[in-house]
Amino acid sequence: MQASDDMTDWAGLMARVRDHQDRAAFAALFRHFAPRVKSFLMKSGADATLAEECAQDVMATLWHKAHLFDPSRASVATWIFTIARNRRIDALRKARRPEPEELDWGPEAEPDGADLFESRQETTRLGAALAQLPDKQRALIERAYFGDLSHGELAAETGLPLGTIKSRIRLALEKLRQQMS
Amino acid sequence: MTIRHHLSDQLLMSYAAGDLPEAFNLVVATHVSLCDDCRAQLAAFEVVGGAVLDRCDMAAMGDESLTACFARIDSLPNTPVRARKPARRNGLFPAPLADYVGGDLDRVKWRSVGAGVRQAILPTGKGASARLLHIPAGQAVPDHGHRGMELTLVLQGAFRDDSDRFGPGDVEIADQATEHTPVAEAGMDCICLAATDAPLRFNGLIPRLAQPFFRI
Ligand SMILES: [Zn+2]
Repeated sequence: MQASDDMTDWAGLMARVRDHQDRAAFAALFRHFAPRVKSFLMKSGADATLAEECAQDVMATLWHKAHLFDPSRASVATWIFTIARNRRIDALRKARRPEPEELDWGPEAEPDGADLFESRQETTRLGAALAQLPDKQRALIERAYFGDLSHGELAAETGLPLGTIKSRIRLALEKLRQQMS
Repeated sequence: MTIRHHLSDQLLMSYAAGDLPEAFNLVVATHVSLCDDCRAQLAAFEVVGGAVLDRCDMAAMGDESLTACFARIDSLPNTPVRARKPARRNGLFPAPLADYVGGDLDRVKWRSVGAGVRQAILPTGKGASARLLHIPAGQAVPDHGHRGMELTLVLQGAFRDDSDRFGPGDVEIADQATEHTPVAEAGMDCICLAATDAPLRFNGLIPRLAQPFFRI
């Protein structure tokens, strides 16, 4: 990843897509993410034509679902990953994927500034941690996410620092449960 | 609900990555609906997915691919996609399970498999199978081993085996090495969602009573 990418406020661009149907903001997101989604899908076994088709689909979904994106809960990269993953399951495996119950975060659940900053940093930090893993271990994790590994082949221990991410989300969930009760 | 037995990291990561067969996805989605701890860990594994995506090299896009994407956007009606409605759970089944059953407990089409035990096979894709089990309170389950991997999520009541108790929300992860004798706790019938990647053995040609019921 280039250093300039770390500085780009992807969530800010998403907000402009959501609030103003801003095509320039979308174009910037497209230029960064569409080629990566295409590459991701090709590593998952799609040929170039199907991957291109699906990458455009994924990006169009990004436009249409912009109002559902919550920057305090996930980074743009994480959100696009989940859309691309679901598109892959649909296109390549033609299977259903049951999802957990939606939580009612509600309009009043104001994005916490600290959370916003954190979710932006997490992807970058994990990317750096991935880069530092031994090649073999990193390859195994990447293959899992490309859909190229069955759950039996997966190592239980990733060697990635996931504890802080889990705690942050766990705290947000606790706050939400308190508001709901 | 105090959950003591959770999904493994391996299962949560596989679910985040999209690598599990549908029947296991159903158990994971149902447990995560009940368990904020696993929900948070799952979200962490989705962040790994974001990092993996961000590290992907950039494939060459076709000419005019951005224009084509805008054309795609413009061809669809601009009514915003609605969020899935947060579930207000009135019954026993969390939303993903209720989806498969077509409602709550009263909609399950049970079939007797002997000794008072009932089951309902849920329609899922290849690779693994899922079913609901209804075990009368106090009923001992015949001693059984497992082939492949089996996930059993308790929805109501509880069962015990030699070493542990599994109550509502708990998930037991069993593999070939697991040998045990689960017993449904007295007081309340036990209802579980179970999924296994071993082939279904049970069919109409085999006498039902002879089948150890957890696998069926
Ligand atoms: Zn759990």
